[in-house]
Amino acid sequence: MGRLVLRRFLATIPVLVLVTAGVFALIHLTPGDPIDVMMAESVDATVKANLRRELGLDQPIYVQYAAWTWRLLHGDLGRSIRNGEPVIENVGRRIRPSLQLAALAMAISLVVATPLGILSAARRNTSVDRVGTTFALFGICMPNFLLALLLIFFFGVKLRWLPISGYVDPLEEMLPGLRSLVLPALTLGLALAAVVTRTLRSSMLDALSEDYVRTARAKGLSESSIIRGHVLKNALIPVVTVLGLQLGTLIGGAVITEYVFALPGVGRLVVDAVFARDYPLVQGVVLLIAVGFILSNLAVDLLYGWIDPRIRYR
Amino acid sequence: MTRPSPRGRERARRWTVLRQAARTRLGPLGVAVMIAAIAVALLAPLISPYDPLKQDLGNALARPDRAHLMGTDNVGRDVLSRMIWGTRVSLLAGFGSVALAMVTGGLLGLLAGYAGGRTDGLVMRVMDAVLSFPPLVLALALGAVLGAGLTGVVIALGVVYTPTFARLMRGQVLTITARDYVEAARALGAPGWRVAWRHVLPNAAAPIVIQASLSVAFAILAEASLSFLGLGIQPPGASWGSMINAGRGYLQQAPWIVFWPGTALFVTVVGLNFMGDAVREALDPRLRK
Repeated sequence: MGRLVLRRFLATIPVLVLVTAGVFALIHLTPGDPIDVMMAESVDATVKANLRRELGLDQPIYVQYAAWTWRLLHGDLGRSIRNGEPVIENVGRRIRPSLQLAALAMAISLVVATPLGILSAARRNTSVDRVGTTFALFGICMPNFLLALLLIFFFGVKLRWLPISGYVDPLEEMLPGLRSLVLPALTLGLALAAVVTRTLRSSMLDALSEDYVRTARAKGLSESSIIRGHVLKNALIPVVTVLGLQLGTLIGGAVITEYVFALPGVGRLVVDAVFARDYPLVQGVVLLIAVGFILSNLAVDLLYGWIDPRIRYR
Repeated sequence: MTRPSPRGRERARRWTVLRQAARTRLGPLGVAVMIAAIAVALLAPLISPYDPLKQDLGNALARPDRAHLMGTDNVGRDVLSRMIWGTRVSLLAGFGSVALAMVTGGLLGLLAGYAGGRTDGLVMRVMDAVLSFPPLVLALALGAVLGAGLTGVVIALGVVYTPTFARLMRGQVLTITARDYVEAARALGAPGWRVAWRHVLPNAAAPIVIQASLSVAFAILAEASLSFLGLGIQPPGASWGSMINAGRGYLQQAPWIVFWPGTALFVTVVGLNFMGDAVREALDPRLRK
């Protein structure tokens, strides 16, 4: 296991280097002068020159890259040109709502998808299965923002059960906090549940056709104990992989969900930074998200090796 | 009896694939949805009842009636006309970005698989780096620097989908170049580009087509998401995503502003999924009954 961890970790290093190079290049992809794009035309030329010097844009590109990487290695991700605060502080303030949203969405997806996926496979080609597969299809084809608006329309506007925007920290005020997160978490969780349901159903069907299931049936075990004791464990392996693969979609979904529900999370920060043309902030946040994404993928990879010994010893 | 020429055999094989795709349960429904969407996009200037940009403030937020079948939006523009013109944007972005990704990714994969060694390592690490960004975040960042508008979105999404095609093509090239007929062509002295063009590309096409048919649906969803966030086609231009964003402030008074483009988007994506699954079933021998 130690060798697997080391091998996977070493493999991520060149990718991390290329990712930082890509993020650095972002600002240089701007058509025209990035300073002109970031600041309005009316802004004084001295202010523009100062910003250019501050961002190092008056230096040759290799000097800029070296300086940027050096600062990065010292934990300096740059500063927002709008509020002047370091990127890391901007993100630090916004990370809590995003993590709470992700955790709640993950919980909702597992609560919905586990029974639905299992029942769909165990009662294949019945009405339960049709409900499961239709739900999966709807969830996969439904854009996040549309689902969000439907939930707002029914639960916020028509029934007036839940708040339609804003955020209260559940760690400070439990009930209002949870209420403020229910609709965003449902938006994100149901989309994820659709993918998990589809994967769980198909991996359960694969496992159900294995010889050991026939043996268990021949021994006279009940269908529910076969599923619990033999099928489910084996069927969960692809689900873990899919959950890992869906991380990117989850982060993208969180960007949209936070935008629609006005949640002050990291996703919302990206959108705000993009529209404020605050490129240093965009660079910093995108880099942090990418590194987080790479590390979570690494964790999922290792988790997979831990669950399935065949991968560990390959 | 004479044997059919290779070209004739290829034509017959294509027909078999089409017949198989048509035999799947939901494939024809998907094709029907796509044909309808393409027809609407092409005929937009002829079938659109009103100018999609023309405002009529006296008639804002009008309920659907005989004059405006899907109602009007907050500045009195006809929702049906805007939805019809929005179809063009969605399809252009969906097919355009996937075509861009297919060509770029296909060529990069071909280069990596064919050249091997350091070129392979470099190309594939760059592709891994692109895959290390969550797709929507990368598209958003690229869209931000390339500037809002349809071209920026198509390029951004093209970049996002390129690694998928590069990986797929590289895998195919590695498998196919190990086959006897490629070895034979090389032994006969065929130059590298000819082997790639005549033998590798046609044999690698099936999985690429399957991937493309599945990717278009996601690209349309992604374009709608970017337009919803305000990065796609700029106002007053119409796209489904931007129409939904504009209508979200009027959910209570005028839900139709969101409902119709939302339905169009959902139905198109479901149709494309059905079609993609049918193409996959027809082309992938493992899924064939």
